[in-house]
Amino acid sequence: MASQDEQDPRIAKISSAIRVIPNFPKPGIMFQDITTLLLDTKAFRDTIDLFVERYRGKDISVVAGVEARGFIFGPPIALAIGAKFVPMRKPNKLPGEVISEEYSLEYGTDKMEMHVGAVQAGERALIIDDLIATGGTLVAAIRLLERVGVHVVECACVIELPELKGRERLGDKPLFVLVSST
Amino acid sequence: MSAYREKDPRIHGIQSRIRVVPNFPKPGIMFQDITTLLLDPKAFKDTVDLFVERYRGKNISVVAGIEARGFIFGPPIALEIGAKFVPLRKPKKLPGKVISEEYELEYGRDCLEMHLGAVEPGDRALVVDDLIATGGTLCAAMKLLERVGADVVECTCVIELPDLKGRERLNGKALYVLVESH
Repeated sequence: MASQDEQDPRIAKISSAIRVIPNFPKPGIMFQDITTLLLDTKAFRDTIDLFVERYRGKDISVVAGVEARGFIFGPPIALAIGAKFVPMRKPNKLPGEVISEEYSLEYGTDKMEMHVGAVQAGERALIIDDLIATGGTLVAAIRLLERVGVHVVECACVIELPELKGRERLGDKPLFVLVSST
Repeated sequence: MSAYREKDPRIHGIQSRIRVVPNFPKPGIMFQDITTLLLDPKAFKDTVDLFVERYRGKNISVVAGIEARGFIFGPPIALEIGAKFVPLRKPKKLPGKVISEEYELEYGRDCLEMHLGAVEPGDRALVVDDLIATGGTLCAAMKLLERVGADVVECTCVIELPDLKGRERLNGKALYVLVESH
């Protein structure tokens, strides 16, 4: 579900603060650049507030953020709701013992890793990234957490590209986004 | 200069949550792992609070965070002090027009990039990373900011490895850290 975007007045400014860059990283792709949102102190604050208002008081003990832009949005949310922040990283970045989950790219595969022992069975988690496209990365993150017995409550992103049907790929996991970009 | 480390009671908790992982990324290196700090909501909050207390009310308009662990500490600070957050990234990650600064690694060179237009002349900036080792990355970050006319007020890290003398490499710029590790 998208946020109550017809009603919440903060959404319009958040949406307009996101810059679209054509043909990045390759021709035909309209890249959703959130760095301009981060330059607008009020809009960035509003973005975090919208997530915090949704998740505060819901017994979420883990916020997992997907490298690297998930590292920008995840920690402020985690701090505000009193949860741990767990970075989900590309291979060979995390120094301790890890578990890995492979996932498909358009061409080839990639891997996502999480530290062993970061989360405990029974914990309630959110997964955060700046954007959901095909959903492949988020699915890998869900699998990593579920493999160690964590309950993934919701996936949360600033932006959704609905035409890429990522939401369907998440199966029964709910998705919350602030802005839908067609 | 380190934080009031002998006096502030929060420092001990922060330091004790940092995990040292031997022989990562290669033999002989004792890697300072801050992910365990992020698993302790109070210690993570204390970390951010110590920085915010130092920089609030100092007219800092930019917090520049170095990919990727600077993305974890920078945004919460930026949000609290009302500054823009500017990600400084490895090559080819930022989608818009960038300026680049090359710097030396132990073997070879790397490059740090910043979006054009993110920072303006006269902006007062902090540079944030999790750790300062040789100071090469921080130095490149400072150069990027200064090239566009920003005033780098201070570099700030959770951890310093003083034996690697990074502080001296900062060209007289002030460095503030919470924890020293020998």
